[in-house]
Amino acid sequence: MFGFGTEYEGLAFWLPLVWAGLIAVAVAMYVIVDGFDLGVGILFKSAHNENWRDRMMFSVAPIWDGNETWLILGGGGLFAVFHIAYAVLMPALYVPIIMMLIALIFRGVAFEFRFKAERSKFLWDNAFFFGSLVATFSQGVVLGAFVQGFANDGRQFTGGTWDFLTPFSMLTGISLIFGYGLLGATWCVMKTTGELEIWARRMAIRFLVGTILAMALVSAWVPFLERQIEARWFSWPNIAFLAPIPLITAYTAYRLFRDLEEGRHYRPFFLAIGLFLLGYLGLGVSLFPYNVPPNLTVWHTANTVNSQLFALIGFGIAMPMTFAYTAYAYYVFRGKVAEEIQGGGYGYH
Amino acid sequence: MEFDALMLSRIQFAFTVAFHIIFPAFTIGLASWLAALEFNWLRTGNPLYRNLFRFWVKVFAVSFGLGVVSGIVMSYQFGTNWSRYSEFTGNVLGPLIAYEVFTAFFLEAAFLGIMLFGWERVGDRLHFFATCMVALGTLLSAFWILSANSWMQTPAGYAIENGKAVPVDWFSIIFNPSFPYRYAHMVMGCYLTTAFAVAGMSAWMLLRHPHDAPEAKLAGSRRSMSMALWFATIFVPIQIVIGDLHGLGVLEYQPTKLAAIEGNWETQANMPLRLFAIPDEEAETNHYEIAIPKIGSWILTHAYDGVVPGLKDVPRDERPPVWPVFFSFRIMVAIGFAMLGIGLWSVYLRWKGTLFTNRTFLTATMIMTPSGFGAVLFGWFTAEIGRQPYVVYGLLRTADAVSPVSAGAVTASLATFVVVYAFVFGFGSYYLAKLLRRGPDPVEDIRGDDLGKKPKRPFSVPDEGLEGRPGHKPQPAE
Repeated sequence: MFGFGTEYEGLAFWLPLVWAGLIAVAVAMYVIVDGFDLGVGILFKSAHNENWRDRMMFSVAPIWDGNETWLILGGGGLFAVFHIAYAVLMPALYVPIIMMLIALIFRGVAFEFRFKAERSKFLWDNAFFFGSLVATFSQGVVLGAFVQGFANDGRQFTGGTWDFLTPFSMLTGISLIFGYGLLGATWCVMKTTGELEIWARRMAIRFLVGTILAMALVSAWVPFLERQIEARWFSWPNIAFLAPIPLITAYTAYRLFRDLEEGRHYRPFFLAIGLFLLGYLGLGVSLFPYNVPPNLTVWHTANTVNSQLFALIGFGIAMPMTFAYTAYAYYVFRGKVAEEIQGGGYGYH
Repeated sequence: MEFDALMLSRIQFAFTVAFHIIFPAFTIGLASWLAALEFNWLRTGNPLYRNLFRFWVKVFAVSFGLGVVSGIVMSYQFGTNWSRYSEFTGNVLGPLIAYEVFTAFFLEAAFLGIMLFGWERVGDRLHFFATCMVALGTLLSAFWILSANSWMQTPAGYAIENGKAVPVDWFSIIFNPSFPYRYAHMVMGCYLTTAFAVAGMSAWMLLRHPHDAPEAKLAGSRRSMSMALWFATIFVPIQIVIGDLHGLGVLEYQPTKLAAIEGNWETQANMPLRLFAIPDEEAETNHYEIAIPKIGSWILTHAYDGVVPGLKDVPRDERPPVWPVFFSFRIMVAIGFAMLGIGLWSVYLRWKGTLFTNRTFLTATMIMTPSGFGAVLFGWFTAEIGRQPYVVYGLLRTADAVSPVSAGAVTASLATFVVVYAFVFGFGSYYLAKLLRRGPDPVEDIRGDDLGKKPKRPFSVPDEGLEGRPGHKPQPAE
């Protein structure tokens, strides 16, 4: 495809492409669904009072666990079908991944412990906020390091522990905080009412501005990290196909801003997701077909055909059901969270 | 012992997986226990069962959350610290782990939300369905991860190509020789862990109240303890049989591990059953041995003159560390027989009618609360240390499996995990103790229909803060 992977034939050519698509979808799912609940955590500290924090947490409590499962699918999926990518990437990203895992532990237990606590409640407020913040930053750093690429010998990572640490990966780390914050704020707009909703709109606009600046900076930087990427975007005829991506992105951002001003409830959240997907698409265009930039392709890092096929059968049978009952779980907890968390009630309207 | 990236990664993996396994070991059993309680509630309409469900689901939620977050660490650690292992086994084990995610993790996670928060929204039947799906998810999860672990112990259905394992026959891979026994042994171990935890915690709640406390206050703890002890009485003997069958498999497929378990240096017929010894790896012998002649051979081969392999059959660098395997196994077995004793004692006290009032028995049962966790951990120490120096038995040495990471990075991550886990575990235990101190709601306080109006928020009920008095409502800030 596009002149890549021509030395592979039949299933050995197609399966890695199919799997690359499926894992890209899984990662996108993760970024969207855990993105908004991490975003809720990022906003948590600036919420004005206890009641707001309770309601924000309630809005994600029944679903966060399922959201985080996509992260396991991302990691597990790499191990399952691109085991060489997994073997190279994980040691290369040792520090940010361990940081992320530790942060997710604090954040995850905060859900359980916060409402058990009274005197120690502040601990879990902080655990939820800092956990969300550090996990998001770490994921942004992972993204930046990924775009930069990794030293490898085709089987294992050959670089150093701190290779990931560059100004670019710090920028992507901070960018993702804005991005997830935007998702979280628009989620709160959708799921809450009254003063809290109005506040969430204000926060959404601030994080939107931050996100746009971050996207612009990263977009300006990426094409010049590596000649390949630059050539891909700015050569003819690619530029004709790719030019709409930044244009649509700009329009989406404008629409999102207007929607927040006009008091819409649902659409801002979905536009924020759209913004994420556009950024993700841009990244995909820049990196395909490498899943270990700069040199290892999806074909090189893939498992044997037999192994990929077996995993695909499981995916094909199980994942439609997964989508169905995950959608059902979201449906059960639809609507806005009640303003008064009374009687120990979950208090959806 | 050199503290290089390899040794540190081994310590980190052992620490994080031992910490992790505590929670699934508990929640696999608790999920089924909750399904049983809810089934009884729907069947009989006795609010006692509903109150018990509402109580134990809080315990479940705390444990499950800790299991999830410590489990995510495991799914990444294969890569971060064991990338050469990932490269070697990825073609075979990758899909098994993926199946665990596809079939188990999503199922658990999606229905967990409904089980914890959705009773009011979905009604009794769907809620019961959700509870059953969570229970099914825990069992499926155990299926795949134990299949993967078993393949590492008794690899089958593979070929070696370019220095990597590649799949040939998926059925043989999944149902590799040690898997059926390991799965049965572990699931039963989890159920018994839960049974003894539930019985022990209930015994503690009973001990806190005088005999003549109102019946309504005691009924929940009594019913929990009674159900758990019936389960234990019936299934501990079965577990001992499963364990024995599992042991026969070890003899066949991992003779060196078996030799370490038995502390057996020389291949011999008429092997004694060593109850105690201090194995000496340097001198290749045991000190202070206390043994019963011939019984070892009889247990393993079901014949007094059965031949049992010895450690000296393989060179020193093919042997696991002997004493940890030898003692871990004995501790596990000792706990198993203590469980058997509690089961038999409980039957005797039931017959005498003093099961709930015999304070010696209640104290003993309370002391047994962590027994299942101990048995599970020491069982796994036996299994995992016993297959050293291999990570994939006979195919890949642990020393060849480690990632190209620096010792400094692993030192930092290990230290962080230790501190964070201690902190989180400490608070988890503290909140769990608070939950137990309160106990299940007394039956008489429950109106027949209040469940629909008072949905349960097992771990997040603001007006049931555990540090305050029951019913104390925290004031909102501002």
